[in-house]
Order: sequence, then C-alpha cells, then structure tokens
Amino acid sequence: MTEQSGLTYSVYDTDHMTPTEIYGHVLAKLGEERKEIVALTADLAKSTKIGKFGDKHPERFFNVGIAEQNLMGIASGLALAGFIPFVSTFAVFAALRAGEQVRTDICYQNLNCKIIATHSGLSFGTAGTTHHCTEDLAVMRSFANMTVIAPADGFETANAVRACVDYPGPVYMRIGRGFEQTVYENENYGFQIGKAVTMHEGSDITVIACGPCVLQAVEAARTLKENQGIEVRVINMHTIKPLDREAIIEAVNDTRKIITVENHSIVGGLGSAVAEVITEEGKSCRLKRLGIPDIFAIVGQTDDLYNLYKIDAAGIIEAVGELLGKEVEEDDDWEDEV
Amino acid sequence: MALTDKELEYLTETAWKIRRSIVQTTLWAGGGHIGGGLSQTDILVILYFHYMNIDPQNPEWEERDRLVLSKGHGGVGYAPVLAEKGYFSGELLKKFNHTGSPFGMHLDRHKVKGLDASTGSLGHGLPIAVGLAMGAKLHKKPWRTYCIMGDGEMAEGSIWEGAMAASHFKLDNLTGFIDRNKHCIDGCTEEVMAIEPIKDKWASFGWNVLEVDGHDFRQLAEAIEKAQLTTDKPTVINCLTVKGKGVDYMEGKPEWHYGGLDTKMAEEALKSIDRLYGKA
Repeated sequence: MTEQSGLTYSVYDTDHMTPTEIYGHVLAKLGEERKEIVALTADLAKSTKIGKFGDKHPERFFNVGIAEQNLMGIASGLALAGFIPFVSTFAVFAALRAGEQVRTDICYQNLNCKIIATHSGLSFGTAGTTHHCTEDLAVMRSFANMTVIAPADGFETANAVRACVDYPGPVYMRIGRGFEQTVYENENYGFQIGKAVTMHEGSDITVIACGPCVLQAVEAARTLKENQGIEVRVINMHTIKPLDREAIIEAVNDTRKIITVENHSIVGGLGSAVAEVITEEGKSCRLKRLGIPDIFAIVGQTDDLYNLYKIDAAGIIEAVGELLGKEVEEDDDWEDEV
Repeated sequence: MALTDKELEYLTETAWKIRRSIVQTTLWAGGGHIGGGLSQTDILVILYFHYMNIDPQNPEWEERDRLVLSKGHGGVGYAPVLAEKGYFSGELLKKFNHTGSPFGMHLDRHKVKGLDASTGSLGHGLPIAVGLAMGAKLHKKPWRTYCIMGDGEMAEGSIWEGAMAASHFKLDNLTGFIDRNKHCIDGCTEEVMAIEPIKDKWASFGWNVLEVDGHDFRQLAEAIEKAQLTTDKPTVINCLTVKGKGVDYMEGKPEWHYGGLDTKMAEEALKSIDRLYGKA
C-alpha cells in the first residue's frame, strides 16, 4: 500500500498486506480524521497490527501490558470520557480472559468501544488450544448491546473497521492471524453492518459462511457448478449479530437445504444463530452445521485443521453431497401430521 | 486549605442526614449492604459536598469531576448521597430494590443520575477510573477522578492491574480511597485473604500513599489536598473505617455486610445515629 492510496485498497494491497495489516492501516488513517479515536492493546501491538495506529498517533495509543481485564476497563473509562476506543488483543483473551469486563463494563454501560480481536478460531493453529478461540461468537453474541462481526477478508475488514466507527455502541470484530486469502476483488460491494452478501447464486442448496470460510464456500460452489452442475447459493453472513434474518428465510424458502460453515465451535456460533432463525420460522429445512465439533481442537497448521474439521472447500463439497441426498418434508405434509 | 468550623459543621450535619437516609433506604429496600454503606459515608460526603466540581442540574457536564464507586455494592449508601446532593428526589429511594425501580444494590448509570460508572463486579472500578483519568489527560482538562475501593476488593487481581497502569501513566489526577473497614462477606479480611501490609503494597506499585481516620473530615480533607498537590503519581488514601459506622449494634460486625431491617431495628439504628451526632 502506498500513502497515496488513502482509504481505498486494491488487489495489489491485499496481495501485499494481510487482513490484520489492513486493519492497522485503516485504523491509523481513520485516526487522522477522527481525533476521538484512541487505540489500546495488551502487549500485542505488533501481532495485532494496532501498533500501526500507535506509530502515527503515539499520544492516543496505550499499551497496558499483559493485563486484558485492565485493558477493557481502561477502554470503558476512555469511552466514558468521550473517546472511541479501538481495542486489540487475541480473540481468546478478549472474549474469555476479559469476558466479564466486556460484558459488564462495556456492554452493560453500552459504551462506544470497538474490540478488534485477532487470531480468532483456528487461525493460530500451531499455537495450540490455549491460543485457539472457537467460543468467542457464542459468548459475544449473548451479550446485550453487542454487535458481532466476522469479516471474510482484508477488504471486508477495511469496510467493517470504517463502518463501526460511527455504528453506535460496542462492537466485537473477529479477524484471523493475518495469513488469510481474499475472497473479494475490491471493497466496492456495498458492505453494511447487519446485511448479508450473496457471493454466489444458486437454487439447489445454500451455504451460509462467515470469516475465512466464505472463501472456502465460494470455491466449493464454483467446483460443484463446474463439475456437477450443482447450483450452490453462498451467503457471506459477516454480521453474526444483528443477524440478517431475511437472507436466511429467503434461502430456506428457495433451497430448503442449508449448510453453515464457521471457524468456530458448532455450539453457539453462526450455525446456532442460523438454526434459531430457521426453527422460529417453522419452515421445513435440512440444516448441517460445519465447524469445530464440541471438542478442543488439536494443534496443527491452520489449513490442515480446516481440512480435518471439514470447514474447507473439500469439507463443504462433501456436506453438500450428503445433504442433497436427503429428503425435506413438505411443509404441508408436516402440518397434516400435526 | 483546612476545613473551617462552618464547613466541618455542614459536612457533619450532611453525614448525619445521609446515615439516617441509608437506614431508611435499607428498610424500604428490604435489605442492603448497610455495613459497608455506612463505612464509606464520610468519604463520599466530603467529596460530593466539599471537593467535587459537579453540577447536579447538569449531571453529564463534561468538565465535572468523576467518581467511581469500585465497591459497587455500596449502592444503598451511595444513592442517598446523590439524592441529598440534588440529582433526584429522596422520595425515589422508597422504591429501592423494587421491581422496575431505577435503584438496585449495584447502581446503573443509565438509570441513576449523577453516577459516572455502573459498578458491582469487584475489581472493575479502578481500571475504569484509570481510563477516565487518562481521558482527562488526553483532553488536557483539569477534572479529577476519584475511586473508592473496598478492602476486600484488594484480593481482585484487576485492582493491581489498574494500580500498575495508573502509576505507569503518571495519573496524578486520580485519587483512590480504600474503605478499610476490615471485613468482607465471610469475615475479617486478614482471615479470609490477608491484604496487609496494604500501604506497602500500594507504595511498591508507585502510588503516593496516605492513611487517615476515614470518619474524620479534617484528616480526610488534609489527605485529599495533599493528593491534589502530588504530581506525576496517583495517590491512594487508606481510610481506616468502621463497618456499620453509627449504628451501635452493627459496628465492626461482619454479619452486617448485608442485612435487612424491620421497623424496630431501623428505629434503634436511627436513635444510635442521632446519639453519634448529639441529636438524641
């Protein structure tokens, strides 16, 4: 990225910058325009790239040392004093170590804090279970007032970081370690918090994904169309809360078969959120949740783990085949039985 | 400046009224953290009625001094102070703890005017106060932040995270108070989890440490003014207090950490408070 490129990122930039680096650059640039933005981390300025804000605006950057509870408490104090704090640490520490501070200090007080949590899911696969975070969506979406976003790639991260500055109240955004590939070609696709994006049209089955699994779903859909003529709709559900219910209901009505894919436990995350909507809607639908089963994931390279837990393109293709072979009861028949 | 006799008389009269109001509120509420509510009273009174630069008619005034009651369970002792200061009518306290009331054991800043932070979970208030004090420095504003902590709360790790940060960031605009009433829920702090030597601990974390009788307005005034003159480091005032101060049958009794009153007990409590202030 060059300084002249301003807030617009190109394929060149995403080829040369990871989503976390883009986050750091976007935030640093936003800091020039918005003096009320402050940034905080707990000894992870370099790893989370929030340090790029610190390089540009050292007077508004605070490293509180390895003390995540204090990190969230101080952020809430700064928000009470009128600032917009951006807070970055690893997802497992943001959501779990400091979970109560996020709930009570930030969400209960409904403060304008933006938590950009990196190394989420299995993106730090080799670091082991202590540094994996497959529970944060479940925890964060249960906190009242919280908005929860899982951007698909660097372009979407840039969009989401900018969008959340003026989105009132607390925001939790989970991104990866920074080695994720891009799924979008540029930023201009009309990103809006709470509004899902259709990535691939299809009428046979729908795959609803978030985070890095969006790219896997798109690749799976392309392969299935080319090789088998199967039409897979792919929805990027980048906002887990508030959830785009209409996009889910439309997919249920159109395809009757839904697969969710996430870099998170199948308990409480995107799959659970989608299941809640489908169940409440009362329409017959086959649902398959792909994600980390109810276990602590093993140590490994991230790509290998995606393959092992079937949240990569191959796993999605397998799940599509499985689900397409299953019957869906007609709503009318179901009503007769009742 | 030392308190004048007139100022001392005013603070004493106010503390008498507020201690009575705490007893009344506890009766209306059906129970409350009255022991700690009465031990913290004089610290709150001298801040709200002498030192804090605030405007009850404009509770969100940006230039105001801030106070964070880190020992958030002191709500039943704090709401009467805010009512007496004029943030809202004392009549509202009759609904304390009632379903749908703005007031519960731990106060909510969205519902209670004059409150600068919602607290209740121990160990949270000091880090919030640190953030507020950092905010004042960033704004280059002279407003001060006060944080009242419980002594049992000293066992929370996040207190020490906040303590470390406050001295690291040289927050001389932050003054902490420890309501050292020597008790937590399960008994004496030194038996449940010893916090002594507490002054040495804070000093080793880089704070200016003072100690006073937490029920003596002249001593409190002297310490608060020393804190205001201290530069480059935060000050903590270890306030030696008595749990249940003013109600003879509660004083120093850990079982009065939380309790309910019937009309007769409340009457006895009010009489005891009146005796303390020579009003009987």
